Amino acid sequence: MALNIVVCVKSTPSTVNVGVDAEGRPKIAGVPTALNPFDEFAVEAAVRLKEGAPGSTATALTVGPDAAAEVLREAIARGVDAGALVTGPEFEGGDSYATSLALSAALKKLHAEKPVSIVLFGKNTSDAGAGVVGTQTAAWLDWASVSAVKKIEAVDDKSVTVLRNMEDGVDTVKLSLPACVSTIKEINEPRLPSLKGKMASKKAVFPKWTAADLGLQPAQVGAAGAGSVVVKAALPPARPAGLKVEGATAAEKAAKLVDILVERKLI
Amino acid sequence: MANGILVVVIPSRGTLSPSSYELLGAGKVLADALKQPLLAAVVGGNAAALAGDVASRGVAKAFTVEHASLKDFTEEAYAKAAAAAAEKSGAARVILPSTIAGRALAARLAVHLKAGLATDVTEILSDGRVRRGYYGGNLIAEVEFKTPVGVLTVAPMTFPRAETAGAAAPVEAVAFDPGAPKTEFVSFQGETSREIDLGAAEKVVAGGFGLGSAEGFKPLFDLAHALGAAVGASRRAVDSGWIPYKHQVGLTGRTVRPKLYVAIGISGQIQHLAGMASSGTIIAINTDKDCPLMQMASISVQGEYAELLPLITNEIKARKGHAVPA
Repeated sequence: MALNIVVCVKSTPSTVNVGVDAEGRPKIAGVPTALNPFDEFAVEAAVRLKEGAPGSTATALTVGPDAAAEVLREAIARGVDAGALVTGPEFEGGDSYATSLALSAALKKLHAEKPVSIVLFGKNTSDAGAGVVGTQTAAWLDWASVSAVKKIEAVDDKSVTVLRNMEDGVDTVKLSLPACVSTIKEINEPRLPSLKGKMASKKAVFPKWTAADLGLQPAQVGAAGAGSVVVKAALPPARPAGLKVEGATAAEKAAKLVDILVERKLI
Repeated sequence: MANGILVVVIPSRGTLSPSSYELLGAGKVLADALKQPLLAAVVGGNAAALAGDVASRGVAKAFTVEHASLKDFTEEAYAKAAAAAAEKSGAARVILPSTIAGRALAARLAVHLKAGLATDVTEILSDGRVRRGYYGGNLIAEVEFKTPVGVLTVAPMTFPRAETAGAAAPVEAVAFDPGAPKTEFVSFQGETSREIDLGAAEKVVAGGFGLGSAEGFKPLFDLAHALGAAVGASRRAVDSGWIPYKHQVGLTGRTVRPKLYVAIGISGQIQHLAGMASSGTIIAINTDKDCPLMQMASISVQGEYAELLPLITNEIKARKGHAVPA
């Protein structure tokens, strides 16, 4: 039962502590980028699936500028076998709608070469953070999808059974393959890149696919293909100065705090 | 041309959650802004039985989609059902909750309806644009839809709950074809404890690395119980194995927007603030008066949690015990 696993990753600013420029855009120029932290769990899940099914392969896939190839190298350093880069100026400024279309087209291409079994995603990205790209990609492909996966219980060449974290408990769900699975942090403890992996990542060469290579029109992807646009960004309103609860003893502080809670109708 | 604001209500295990009424509240704000009728669709198990309640909360018309394939939640079947209702309604905007199910449905619906998508919306502007946090809530984005139809999910605890208003609107059942299902629902394991869910909690009491151990969460749970609050935690407390991941608040955990957030022994790393900075009143209890959370809190109490928490808990119990019933 060899699986053909794909893990979708993104190169994101390595901090969320960004400001806004005069035009109301996030100040991310010059901020270092890295593998989106939530994707580390998806990469680890891909590698563990691969290790559990001899003969399997795992490929990392990303949409981004040339420099985004670095996150493909990071995935390889962590145990993934190969990478593919969807790139070109036409992909700039895409939202989840346009990006998921690009990913779905790349997956179709991979699927045509060798049938894809499972596509893994992180919970969301640390920049836009919508947490919908995995499900939207599945929708474009008309594949099964599941979000908030905390455990991959079983997998064979036809189906995958997962545990999904819901607000009120845990669902067990079985999906026909191919399927898109969005993971959460609870799924595993990502390993660090190995020395062997790092060596392999340095040597890795990635295919680069443009919109034309994927059979997409430039109007379908990037800013042109986006269904929504961020008109402007702003810092959240500042919070008013806080109140310090003082007191000679802990009991006095506790009583004062509860007074305030009662006064503000919070209890 | 698309017209109408459709609120998609998804019953959870056959019942309506209070957040459904928040969705209707958000729908009313958007309907008023765009001067379009407010519509609702109840999608899922028990939809027909629940439609009357929804239809009596200020909507012009309600739709129901009920089918054997919707007994339990699966992404494709529910999305197809919601799409059938959205198409039948002809709505220009479709509103769903920012829950695990709501988000997945919104994602699939957006593709199905060829619609732009905005998730975790916290504000609806008078011109119909919406605001949402990004970069972990450090920035607020103003989002505009470029497509005739727009899909949005609404962050919990951000919009007023719609009240019953006059006579119930007409209800129409919508048929849909689930096709051959690709996802099979196997089973559900409910929470055994009667803890309050973090995401929809009005009050949250959260603990951090400053609690020192799993044992440190005991007085915190007592305080949460006295307050009727859900329990949250920082990443370091979760990573230390003191409390399960489901309690984690922050960038890699849950986002919360309670009226009251009590942070105990949490220094306030930016990743934690990302998950709770939109809370109403923030109380910080910490020995370090200079840590970020103490600096940004609405109310700060410097001191040892082990000493303070039992005193606060007892004080709350005493006040509640002496309260004159309304």
